[in-house]
Amino acid sequence: MILDRLDPTDDELARATGWTLKPEGACKAEVCVPLAASVRTAPGRIDVRVLAEKLGMALVEDAAHGVWALGPESGGRALTSAVLPEITLPDRYGRPFPLGSLRGTKVFLCAWASW
Amino acid sequence: MDLPVWQALRSELRPLGLEIVTVALDTRGAEVAGPWIDAAKPEHPSLIDAAHSLDTLLGITNVPMGVWIDEDGVLVRPPETAFAPRAGGIGEMKLPGSAPQRLKDMLAEAAKIRVEPDAYVAALRDWVANGKRSRFALAPDEVVRRSAARPIEASRAAASFELGQHLHRAGHVEAARPYFREAHRLQPENWTYKREAWSLVDPLQGPTEHYDSDWLADIRKIGAENYYPKLEL
Repeated sequence: MILDRLDPTDDELARATGWTLKPEGACKAEVCVPLAASVRTAPGRIDVRVLAEKLGMALVEDAAHGVWALGPESGGRALTSAVLPEITLPDRYGRPFPLGSLRGTKVFLCAWASW
Repeated sequence: MDLPVWQALRSELRPLGLEIVTVALDTRGAEVAGPWIDAAKPEHPSLIDAAHSLDTLLGITNVPMGVWIDEDGVLVRPPETAFAPRAGGIGEMKLPGSAPQRLKDMLAEAAKIRVEPDAYVAALRDWVANGKRSRFALAPDEVVRRSAARPIEASRAAASFELGQHLHRAGHVEAARPYFREAHRLQPENWTYKREAWSLVDPLQGPTEHYDSDWLADIRKIGAENYYPKLEL
């Protein structure tokens, strides 16, 4: 997740990482991790340094260009849960396609590349 | 390229209840993935992930890799090599005698890569036919357990790669390269990080002054037979 400030909104965090803030902590599907109250910098905003420390997310800064990148949670497996996170990707014309729209159908999702 | 064979499989299995979604992991997006999609004329969702978000969200580390998702939106198989049902193997490809030696060497290595398309596609067909009763449909705990280990180095690699992509897209090509190199160092088994960055410099992913690794050198280092892990169906 690319950040130009260290307190993204809940929505920005959820879209990029699948983690949402709930009263019980940071949650992804059925997994919740308690967080210190200091994670809230303002209503609807998260101190990403607190979150990164707790979830083992690398936070890498490029000071020259004023941006940070937040890596995924670590210390366990690549999948925290078997529940597919909300993923929306564009087609070749830029039209967004939410994978969740295929609920009710078996899906084989295959990654490929032109390279 | 696998898109036409996935389209053929989709025509067979869509009436039986399966949808196929293909996702191109390409930093340059539709500019490079679009022509392949146009040529394959897919009837299924054919999407583009220019940010490589599937690398971080699911743990994709090479292509082709696939996941199976049931009707409730739950993964029943974690990311694993998704061998396409090919008519012929890459070892059967013929290059003209005048082709560069490096290309011939690459093809020779590629021919040694272990592929298991029959077993993979048979398992997929079994799941489509039998759903939860299929022995290839794994329980949620097993799906998580079989997904790749993610140490902090992998998280740092993902963040470094994302910074590299961000800077490259913004036109800071030189500034991007140290981040790509760092991602390669931290997670050498992630071929998407390496092949994407190499291809931004040289489409043949050969040696350049910018990276101390390239496709041919790296595959020889690990042995072509280890390029894809053996399927554990």
